[in-house]
Amino acid sequence: MKHSLKEIATGFNSLVTGMRITIGQFFKPIVTVQYPHESLKMPERFRGHIELVRDPETGKAICFACKLCERACPSDCITVEGAKLEGAKKKSVTQYVLDFTKCSLCGSCVEACRDGAIRYSHEYNLASTNKEDYIMDLFKRLESERLEAERLAGSPKAEVHSPKVEAPRPEPKASDQPSTANSQPPTASR
Amino acid sequence: MMASISNAISALWPEPLRLVLFLVGMLCFVGLNAAYLVWVERKGAGRFQRRPGPTEVGWAGLLQPIADAIKLMSKQLIVPAGVDSTLFRGAPLLMMSPAMMSLAVIPFGEHLAARNINVGLLMIFAFGSINVMAIMLGGWSSRNKYAIISAARVVSQNVAYEIPMLLVVITMIMVTGTMNLNEIVLQQAGAFWHWNFFKVWVNPLMPVTFLIFFICMLAETNRAPFDMTEAESELVAGAYTEYSGMGFGVFFMAEYANILLGCALATVLFLGGWQSPIGILPGVFWFLVKMYFLIFSVVWIRWTFPRTQFYGLLNLSWEILIPVSLFTLILSSAMMKLFPS
Repeated sequence: MKHSLKEIATGFNSLVTGMRITIGQFFKPIVTVQYPHESLKMPERFRGHIELVRDPETGKAICFACKLCERACPSDCITVEGAKLEGAKKKSVTQYVLDFTKCSLCGSCVEACRDGAIRYSHEYNLASTNKEDYIMDLFKRLESERLEAERLAGSPKAEVHSPKVEAPRPEPKASDQPSTANSQPPTASR
Repeated sequence: MMASISNAISALWPEPLRLVLFLVGMLCFVGLNAAYLVWVERKGAGRFQRRPGPTEVGWAGLLQPIADAIKLMSKQLIVPAGVDSTLFRGAPLLMMSPAMMSLAVIPFGEHLAARNINVGLLMIFAFGSINVMAIMLGGWSSRNKYAIISAARVVSQNVAYEIPMLLVVITMIMVTGTMNLNEIVLQQAGAFWHWNFFKVWVNPLMPVTFLIFFICMLAETNRAPFDMTEAESELVAGAYTEYSGMGFGVFFMAEYANILLGCALATVLFLGGWQSPIGILPGVFWFLVKMYFLIFSVVWIRWTFPRTQFYGLLNLSWEILIPVSLFTLILSSAMMKLFPS
C-alpha cells in the first residue's frame, strides 16, 4: 500500500516535470531554418563540387589546362581543353567540363592541382530532374559570373545589351576564343 | 449575447425550426473544430519541438486543413477485395455521428443547448461507447492482421478505462444529485472555488477525480500516450490501415470531435461550464476558453509523453485508476453521510 502510493507519487511527479519542460520549450524561439526561404551558410571547409579559382589580378581563371586533374580523376569525370592565346606565355583554359553524375567528390583533382586553380565550391542546391544539368562547364560558369559581376558594377551599355554580345568587349583578344565556346551548349562536344 | 440571441430565437420560432438551427450550427461547429484542431495539433507539435509548424498554405498555415481536405477528398476510396464492404464503409460514420449527437446535450451557454434533457450525462455515455464499436468494426472488416490486432486492443483498452471513468461520473452524480448537465453547471455558480474541481469540502480528492476523468478521456479517445490502436511503429495505422481518402479523413476528424466532446464534458463536470469565474463576459466565451485550454493540454500531453506499453496501459487502469476511483466514490459517499449540507 505504502509502496504503491509512493510509486504513484513519484510517477506523477515525473509526468509533471516532463510537462513543465515541454511547455518551457513551447515558448522558446524556433531553431529550425526555413529551407526554401532561407538557407545556412556553408562552413569554409565544405566540400561541394569543384570550381575554378579566379586570379585576383586579372579576374580570369588561374588554370592553364595542364590536365593533371583530368589524369588524377579516378572516375574520369573531368575534361579540360586549353589553347595558347596570342601574346600569352602559358596556355589558358577554354573548356573545363565536370561530369557531376560520375563524380564521387574524392578530391583527388584538388590534391593534384599544383597551382591552386581548383577548389571546392560551397554550392549544395543541386537537385534537378534533368541529367544534363549535372554536366557543367566550369569555365563557362566562371566567365558568366565575371560578366554578371561586371554588369552589376555597371557600364550602362552593358545593361542594355545582352551578355553574349558584351562578351568580347572587356578584353577582346583574350575572350575571342571563349566566347565561341560559350555559344555552344556545354555538352555538345561530348 | 449568445444567450439573448438564442432566447430571441426560441421566442420567435417554433421548436422544430430551433432544432434545425441547432443541428446546422452543431454540424458547422464540429466540422470546423475537427478540421482546425488538426491545425492546432500540428502547430502545437511544431512549437513543442521548436519548429514553426505549417506555414505555407495561407497566413500561418491557416488554410492547411482545407488543403488537406481537398487532397483527401480527391483521393480514391479503395475498398479492398474480400472486405465486408457494408461494415467497412459504415465504420467511419459510426465513429463520427455519436460525437455529434452527444454534443446536443452540452450546454455551451445558459440557454445555449440543443436539447436540455434530464439524463444528458447518461446519454453522452450511452453514445460514447459506440465509437469503440466503430473502431472495432472498422478494424474487423478491413481483413488485415494489423487492423484486427488494433480492434482487439481498442476493446480491451476501452473496457479497462470505461470503468474508472464511470466510477468518477457516479461520484459526480452523487455529489451534484442530477444528470442534467445544465443543472450541474448551475450548481457551480460563483467564483472559481465553487467549481467542482475545487470543492474539497465535498470530497477532499476532487482534483484527483478530475485527473482520473481526464486520463480516462485520453484513453477513451485513443490519444497519445494511450494511442495503442494506431501505434504506427508496430501496427502501421492500426484499424485505419486499409482506409484511404475521406474514409480515413472521417476517422481522423472523428478523433478530434471526440476530444472536443471529452473536453467539453470535463469543462461542464469539473470546471464550471459556462460560469464566469470573475463575473464578466458572456458564458459561451468562458466555456470555450476552458474547453480549448483542456484541448491544448491534450496536445501538450501528446507531445510530451511517449506511447505506453500495452500492459503498462492496462496496469495503470486496473492497478491505479480503478482502486483510486473506487476509493473516491466511497469517500465522497461517506462525506455526504457524515456532513450533509
